[in-house]
Amino acid sequence: METPLTANIKPGRRPPDIKAYRKAGGYRALREAVLKMRPEEVTQTVKDANLKGRGGAGFDAGLKWSFVPMGEEASGPKYVAINADEMEPGTFKDRLLMEGDPHQLIEGAALAAYAIQADVAYIFLRREYHLSARLLRRAIAEAYDSGCLGQGILGSEYSLDMHLHISAGRYMSGEETGMLNAIEGRRANPRAKPPYPQVSGLWGNPTVVNNVETVCNLPHIVNNGADWFRNLSLTAEGGTKIYGASGRVRRPGTWELPMGTPLRELVEEHAGGMQQGYRLRGIIPGGASTEFLTPAHLDVKMDFVSVEAAGSRLGTGTIIVLDDHSCPVGMTLNLEQFFLRESCGWCTPCWGGLQYAVELLTGIEAGAGRMEDLDTLDSLAAMLAPGHTFCALAPGAAEPLGSALRYFREDFERHIRQQRCPWSS
Amino acid sequence: MALIYVENKAYKVEDGQNLLAACLSLGFDIPYFCWHPAMHSVGACRQCAVKQFKDKHDARGKIVMSCMTAAVDGVRISIKDPEAHAFRAAVIEWLMLNHPHDCPVCDEGGECHLQDMTVMTGHTRRRYRSNKRTFRNQDLGPFVSHEMNRCIQCYRCVRFYRDYAGGRDLESFSLRNQVYFGRHESGILESEFSGNLVEICPTGVFTDKSLKQHYARKWDLMTAPSVCVHCGLGCNTIPGERYGTLRRIRNRYNGEVNGYFLCDRGRYGYLFVNSPDRLRQPLQRRSRNAAPEPVSVEAALAKVEKIFSGGGGVVGIGSPRAPLEANYALRRLSGPDRFIAGQSDVDLALSRVARQILSEGPARSCSISEAADADAVFVLGEDLSNFAPRLSLALMQSVRRQPLEGLEGIPLWQDAAVRIALQDQRGPLYLAMPAPTRLDAVATVAYQDSPSGIARLGFAVANRLDRNAPGPETLGRDADSLAAEIAAALVGAKRPLVISGAGLGSEAVMQAAANVARALAGRGQAPGLCLTLPEANSLGAALIGGGGLSRAVKAVETGEAATIVILENDLYRRAEPLLVERLLAAPRVIVLDHLLNPAVERADMALPAATFAESDGTLVSSEGRAQRFFKVMPPGEGVRESWRWIEAMALAAGALESPWGTIDNLIRDMAADIPALAPVGEAAPGEGFRLHGQKIARQPRGYSGRTAMNASVNVREPRPPGDPDSPLAFSMEGFQGRPPAPLIQRYWSPGWNSVQALNKFQDEVGGPLKGGDPGKRLINPAASGGSYSVQFPEPFVRPEGEWLIVPLYHIFGSEELSAFSPPVMELAPAAYVALAPDDAAGLGARAGSLVEVALPGGTLRLPVRLIDSLPEGTAGLPVYLPGLEGIVSPGEFARIRVMKQGQQGLT
Amino acid sequence: MLSKEEMQEIEVEASRYETRQAAAIDAMRIVQDRRGWVSDEAVLDLAGFLDMSPAELDSVASFYNQIFRRRVGRHVIQVCDSVSCWLMGYEPLRDLLIRMLGAGMGETTADGRFTLLPVVCLGACDRAPVMLIDEDLHTNIDQGQLETILDKYK
Ligand SMILES: Cc1cc2nc3c(=O)[nH]c(=O)nc-3n(C[C@H](O)[C@H](O)[C@H](O)COP(=O)(O)O)c2cc1C
Ligand code: SF4
Ligand code: FES
Repeated sequence: METPLTANIKPGRRPPDIKAYRKAGGYRALREAVLKMRPEEVTQTVKDANLKGRGGAGFDAGLKWSFVPMGEEASGPKYVAINADEMEPGTFKDRLLMEGDPHQLIEGAALAAYAIQADVAYIFLRREYHLSARLLRRAIAEAYDSGCLGQGILGSEYSLDMHLHISAGRYMSGEETGMLNAIEGRRANPRAKPPYPQVSGLWGNPTVVNNVETVCNLPHIVNNGADWFRNLSLTAEGGTKIYGASGRVRRPGTWELPMGTPLRELVEEHAGGMQQGYRLRGIIPGGASTEFLTPAHLDVKMDFVSVEAAGSRLGTGTIIVLDDHSCPVGMTLNLEQFFLRESCGWCTPCWGGLQYAVELLTGIEAGAGRMEDLDTLDSLAAMLAPGHTFCALAPGAAEPLGSALRYFREDFERHIRQQRCPWSS
Repeated sequence: MALIYVENKAYKVEDGQNLLAACLSLGFDIPYFCWHPAMHSVGACRQCAVKQFKDKHDARGKIVMSCMTAAVDGVRISIKDPEAHAFRAAVIEWLMLNHPHDCPVCDEGGECHLQDMTVMTGHTRRRYRSNKRTFRNQDLGPFVSHEMNRCIQCYRCVRFYRDYAGGRDLESFSLRNQVYFGRHESGILESEFSGNLVEICPTGVFTDKSLKQHYARKWDLMTAPSVCVHCGLGCNTIPGERYGTLRRIRNRYNGEVNGYFLCDRGRYGYLFVNSPDRLRQPLQRRSRNAAPEPVSVEAALAKVEKIFSGGGGVVGIGSPRAPLEANYALRRLSGPDRFIAGQSDVDLALSRVARQILSEGPARSCSISEAADADAVFVLGEDLSNFAPRLSLALMQSVRRQPLEGLEGIPLWQDAAVRIALQDQRGPLYLAMPAPTRLDAVATVAYQDSPSGIARLGFAVANRLDRNAPGPETLGRDADSLAAEIAAALVGAKRPLVISGAGLGSEAVMQAAANVARALAGRGQAPGLCLTLPEANSLGAALIGGGGLSRAVKAVETGEAATIVILENDLYRRAEPLLVERLLAAPRVIVLDHLLNPAVERADMALPAATFAESDGTLVSSEGRAQRFFKVMPPGEGVRESWRWIEAMALAAGALESPWGTIDNLIRDMAADIPALAPVGEAAPGEGFRLHGQKIARQPRGYSGRTAMNASVNVREPRPPGDPDSPLAFSMEGFQGRPPAPLIQRYWSPGWNSVQALNKFQDEVGGPLKGGDPGKRLINPAASGGSYSVQFPEPFVRPEGEWLIVPLYHIFGSEELSAFSPPVMELAPAAYVALAPDDAAGLGARAGSLVEVALPGGTLRLPVRLIDSLPEGTAGLPVYLPGLEGIVSPGEFARIRVMKQGQQGLT
Repeated sequence: MLSKEEMQEIEVEASRYETRQAAAIDAMRIVQDRRGWVSDEAVLDLAGFLDMSPAELDSVASFYNQIFRRRVGRHVIQVCDSVSCWLMGYEPLRDLLIRMLGAGMGETTADGRFTLLPVVCLGACDRAPVMLIDEDLHTNIDQGQLETILDKYK
């Protein structure tokens, strides 16, 4: 089984510096691209590879690039912003890639930049990732020193500047358009789409935002071709995926596996099953903003299309496991508190709807709930739907809420009937 | 045109708008908060949700925000759809989670958009049982109160204050359900448009602090259409009255003039009407040395009768702040020959020049809304933020025109997206001024020079546009390239605009502006021209005519006239005290005015004149637009309209055969007498106008206390006073619907109690009022008239040891009537003299040093204020601030010396 | 007053963006790295330096949780309170910390040594519960180790 993304990542060892990275074949793809490929060819290869964005939404990476104005008529500087904000609760895959192999990210970002002929690339890193920051800062400097970044990259005509932007927090900074505002030194409120960032992004110029894991795939796609990449997967969506598991499993962690690896394999094999004395009650498949799945869903293939068919989303592919010793209402409350705290406050359904949801859940958890509160929560979950809100934060909050009400109804009702949390002693 | 379907019925709507605007224009009710017709869509509140269907077979549809969806051909929506309805009700419920439900004690109650929308969506039962978030409020200065707990986070305040009006001290802080809208710390709001927050905010966060001091509900206010009297722009207003005091001013929409917004002087200046310094009873003096004594109106009229029937010439001194009708009445009394325009010699000359330039053409005077639409602007010598504030707000919009036109793929109503795409791009705005102005922040170039330097720049620009236009060969320094740059910017524009006016007191500057406009017209462009004048009726006064003050002095001193009648005019503000003294030495001095001022105190007889709020009349704005204002309340017992006082004098003097009786009759005479004023009567319907056989009610249906409010005086309910002058009634009886545009006395429509009801009064939201925007343009330029002014001034050379005085205006303090409004004066600076730092250093003065400024009219002691780029050899003197009344005469020279410590200053 | 080094660092950041205001967040981080927090005076100084109004800068500052607009202790403890840590028992850990420090969430100990803050998911969910002290990530925290961990921060 091939694991291109983590090939250079050895637990407990420092990541490869540029020498080691190059020795392992690093920057070959970038050289190939800037010297021998037209930007459109890179885009086409990535399209053919069927690389779905790994930031959570699964949008086709090549397709996204193809919206960027190219050629003569494209005016002004263009930008790439690498989303290294990783703040979705339960998600810890980009950290692995940045701490394990920073040059892979830089090369991937440079390839994305080349494909759209960007002038500047920003790596948008959350502030709490101090180790990633140190490693990336050094790696960028090395890349400049050895001609992999800067003027005339690797002897080509193509020039690219790359900067590490340390964020100041907030989950909304990871939302594509919120990030643009954050880079511009503004509040990370989202922007209206259309216009899409690919046309009017940073400072009104064409900008592509891609997730860390997404671009880490690029060197391998360019090196090995689209067919190779598609064949890594068990399903139609190309490549491998960094999966992970947290919660009361025996071996929480991350694994690079073929895209489409069944959920059961993740839980039972790689994570080693539930810890002694704990039973599986539910799984959030891809970060806080995805719907609960239940043990009945264990055979779902973990790719974007299949998980969606099962009623949730692959999201970031790092699963959160709910066990039978933990209160589903408490977990839902914790999730909704997170979303409320991180709401940017721009649109009413989000700041108002989530305040309402949190207050009701708090009441239920504290033993002050009423049965009709569940109807209110149901309708809240339904109302915070995509399109109803300005960005995807609130709909993301509605996913665990709605599914928890569906799958753990009895637990909610017990709280209300007993006027207390059955899990609290 | 696009064909859209609402509830399966087809409607034709204008292309290029959003569904919310389109549906509101069609008369549908869709609730909304964050959208505003002048500020467009950002999609924050999510209140305007409707159901959109793919086609007629699509039964499910999806919820969209109508404000964020283009009204393009074939769009199919339902407003009534149950799911959309439920979503809108939910949005209101969320908005109301933290709202304190304090309507009974909230100033906004009864005209609250949030109340209206809550009722409209049908969310009537509170289910939320938990805590609300709470905030601390800030003191934002004398104009605007702050009550953040009522906030619903619609972002309208910051979008107006920051995005639209360029203010930088009001922001949103924090996030989630705790966004705080305020300053970074308590303090006076810096923007001179802050008062608009009161109308922009859909609930009671930002409310009118002046109203709070004498609060009344909207339904308890008697209102009438009015016009602002605090500068020459003529913004339309709706004042509100109760118990004989004026309670507030609200914006009255006029699509061509002020649109949705007023400046703070216009909104808060009104308090002069309630001033304790009001003259409320006639005053009479038995002899020159006796103190004035109050007398009854009857006694005053008897005295008037005696004086004027006795014969002897009359000098009438008119007023640029009194309406046409009062001026005309006075002109009838004195005869045209002895009618004096009542302006300082400089102002008179300038308003005459303005009149001439505007009527000779070929440039057309520009309305404020046209100015906002200009795509290249050149301002010569006007500090608009202080002198004609609403126009400066228009220019803040005009700088967006050029970049907007270059925008592709983003609909213009997508406000946030447009702003992101434009970033700081701005179209050409060139300012030439002696001192920096607040508009500099958005200007392409803010050029500082002396008045003659500014005029020379203007002449040079005209010359670059047309070699036949006279202009200096070279200006020296960077000015030559600037002149070329300005000329190129104007040539490159579709709607170029030139602005100048009376602010600097320089005719040459105004002529330079006219030349630029002429040169542009000569190139086949259609330039706009704004010549701003200081007072509400400056241009009207110029149309009526009249001599200068020296003519009055001559008439008095030769004995040609024994009586001098001064109309609404504090002459001490117009001329040097010595000259005024010579006028007031006339055997009989009669003054009509609102407030006790030095001229009133010197009069033999002072007659209390009704203010704009208590009288009717017509004012001609600097655009040349005649606009009618109507009484909001009857004048108090001792007070009468100026024209009525003068009518009595004219009858006694035999200058008038029979009484006018109504203002309509007066206007008819005036129109016949002065051709330039012939169309004035068309500015508004006459007294005889009726709707459904009724007059229009000044009081709303809900007006309370009518049977009780005078019970302390008389328990019998008094009959409402009649109004012979207008089709409006001082009563709740009468027509309550939508009157014709010039008569709109309030905005109300079933279900719409807030200012947002205005949508129902417009043809199309944000467009003209139904039936056309009010006002009648009196001056339309001859097609190709006018010729270049040839006299361009020599470069400014500073006479040894002397300082050229340049006037500096302050929005708060420089205008006469608003100077009687306490909150306005709270923001007026103390008097000062401004010097360039190098000049000051040369004198041995620093910021704050006390200096003696010796002017031809007297000597002042003032502290020094340093202004960086003030041209060398000029000294800036603020206009009319307390301590400086009447003395600043532009163009004069002063001597300045630093006072030794210990010597006392004036202030 | 901004120090020369601070100004230089900010200028470097500013050169990386199209507008000066874009450096606002970096500028506040630079000041915070040196002074621990961003005081009111610092907001005024930075606003002036970046051609912004104090309100504009504070509007940005108040949005982000990693910009400290109140004075913090010598060490800042950020305890992850997101879902995986919740599942793995962050609540008892938090309560113990509060007891040991005598300072609640959002508070600073009386001796100015620690400030205790909640933080969203630190991206180490497989090693929950976790917390960040200054720049050090502590994972798989066992209640019994807390004292030893805190002892390292004087
Ligand atoms: C509230 C919110 C937070 C997000 N946070 C992240 C994040 O931390 N990292 C990330 O890669 N994508 C995040 N996303 C998704 C981004 O909006 C965007 O889709 C992604 O960065 C695009 O990259 P990709 O196409 O390579 O997946 C977030 C989305 C939302 C709505
Ligand atoms: S859903 Fe609305 S309030 Fe929530 S983060 Fe997005 S835009 Fe902001
Ligand atoms: S009016 Fe449409 S979202 Fe606010």
